[in-house]
Amino acid sequence: MTSTDQQPFLSIRDLKVHFSTEDGIVKAVDGLSFDLAKGQTLGIVGESGSGKSVTNLTILGLHDRDRTAIDGEILLDGQELLNASEKELERLRGNKMSMIFQDALASLSPYHTIGTQIGETYRKHTGVSKAEARKRAIEMLRRVGIPQPDMRVDDYPHQFSGGMRQRAMIAMALVCDPELLIADEPTTALDVTVQAQIMDLLKDLQQEFGTAIIFITHDLGVIADIADDVLVMYGGRCVERGTKREVLTSPQHPYTLGLLNSMPDLHGPVDVELSPIPGSPPSLLNPPSGCRFHPRCAFADKVAGNLCSTERPMLEIVAGRGSACHLTADQKRELFAHYAELQRH
Amino acid sequence: MLRFLVRRVIGALVILLIISAVTFWLFYAIPRDPAQMSCGKNCTPDMLAQVRHNLGIDHPVPVQYWYWVKGIFVGRSYGDFGNCNAPCLGYSFANREPVLGTIMDRLPTTLSLAFGSAIVFLILGVGAGMIAAVKQGKWQDKLASSASLLGSSLQIYFVGYIAMYFLVAKLDILDNPSYTPITEDPGAWASGLLLPWLVLAIIFTANYTRMSRSQLVEQLSEDYVRTARAKGLSSRNVFFRFAWRGAMGPIVTVFGIDLGTLIGGAIITEYTFSLQGVGRLAVDAVDKSDLPMVLGVTLLSAGAIVLFNIVVDAVYALIDPRIRLA
Repeated sequence: MTSTDQQPFLSIRDLKVHFSTEDGIVKAVDGLSFDLAKGQTLGIVGESGSGKSVTNLTILGLHDRDRTAIDGEILLDGQELLNASEKELERLRGNKMSMIFQDALASLSPYHTIGTQIGETYRKHTGVSKAEARKRAIEMLRRVGIPQPDMRVDDYPHQFSGGMRQRAMIAMALVCDPELLIADEPTTALDVTVQAQIMDLLKDLQQEFGTAIIFITHDLGVIADIADDVLVMYGGRCVERGTKREVLTSPQHPYTLGLLNSMPDLHGPVDVELSPIPGSPPSLLNPPSGCRFHPRCAFADKVAGNLCSTERPMLEIVAGRGSACHLTADQKRELFAHYAELQRH
Repeated sequence: MLRFLVRRVIGALVILLIISAVTFWLFYAIPRDPAQMSCGKNCTPDMLAQVRHNLGIDHPVPVQYWYWVKGIFVGRSYGDFGNCNAPCLGYSFANREPVLGTIMDRLPTTLSLAFGSAIVFLILGVGAGMIAAVKQGKWQDKLASSASLLGSSLQIYFVGYIAMYFLVAKLDILDNPSYTPITEDPGAWASGLLLPWLVLAIIFTANYTRMSRSQLVEQLSEDYVRTARAKGLSSRNVFFRFAWRGAMGPIVTVFGIDLGTLIGGAIITEYTFSLQGVGRLAVDAVDKSDLPMVLGVTLLSAGAIVLFNIVVDAVYALIDPRIRLA
């Protein structure tokens, strides 16, 4: 827990999201807590199925209510979201909190013009006229760097290029100046140049409006660029939390270490082989006992007894920094030293 | 749009020409002599030749076909049988009157039957499908799918007679099926056709329920529908303006084909309820080897299907801006 007395802008406490499926209960998120202050960017990293996207859909209340069991607490600016009525959530979505999705082509309606899609969000939350909303849509398109916005506003998504679609998506998410912006892998499908432009855009907008951003990605390079704090998720739980610098330079969890080791180092020797994490992501239907990472962990045998497979390591966060691992601090220093050495190159 | 329509209409005319030629040729492949039938029992060879001449079937088949096509544009004379003004689709051997007139007499019945039941099955089918999609997995959904399974297993001649027996004869809730022109008495028109509409609709409703349910379920799980919700739009708005918009395309396509088929005549329905429509005309014409009538009805059916295909394509382009007409 952060030691500040001030109420954080977004506060999630012990969030559990369980889906019932035909095969049993899927524990997509299993006890997740974090805080986020205004003007800050939290990067959430993890493999597919680690619960990143589910967490964020739950914040917006976009989960299937009939099939999902949710427990915990989500406070946005002091307001509890999990018990909020659908009407109340509709008022908040797209307004106070909004979301940028990964695949802009699939996420934008093919049946409506870009201008309509941006404008209707604005109209819904401000009640302005159609003409007014259109003007706002053009203004937003200009702001996200679409050339000739007054012409392109009447285009359909399929008439836009991939990068422009993602920009339009961002324009739509930002049209009501949201205080919380959730970006779910917004740059994954884009080439690096466009990716860099989009991230610059988000940073500029954040500076302008003091938006709190949750940035979901599995790309640590993106995290290094945009995040203030980083949260690493594995199997529906947070395994490590810290500032970007702390997590990227001195990881405290073998999983984070594994992620870092599987990234190419542009400054290091060229012939160093990448070392992927062995095994595959855990089944959330029937997750491993104890530490969910233990079947894939290179250091599980370093812990006395079989603690790793029997007991869940608790996440203790001191001053925003912490990890959930049974290894002692000394062990980590010793075992992770190889990575630290690589970093010195 | 205009270019598209012109191109498609020209294409449609070519298709109709081909269909008429094939029908012509097929008819003469059947070893039956319409002149013999027209001439009657006490027919001398001279009389037969005369009849042949008057019917225009004393020429080789390609020449006859040429006369038939020509007749459409300039009309035709049938000697003793009289004249047939352009557009002349031929002269019926059996009815002893021009084909077009007979079809025009029957068409209002068929159109009333087709459009009336189309409205009923579209509203019922799509409505039930929508409810089932929204209430996925709940009792409403299960009811809709069982009902549509039952509906699609029923046959018109079975449901039709049962319904007539109970609703008309026993309980006297509905009028005996009959056709009154809508221009004469709209009330009698509707009440006379209500039972055929409902019975014909039962068969189709099931299909539309299943189709709109599955289309909607698919659309509701699309990313763009989730985005619409993430923008804070109301679920009603999301359902109708987003999900339904996406689900409409395939439904419109099938609806166009169904409507085209129905205008070609709902044969079983017309027989079941003793209605004098185009479908019945077609069966009678085949029965009597009445080539001009068979040709006429075939062209009407084919024309309706071709026409509705063009309409469907145009409507599709209106629904989905990604589709360009060319």
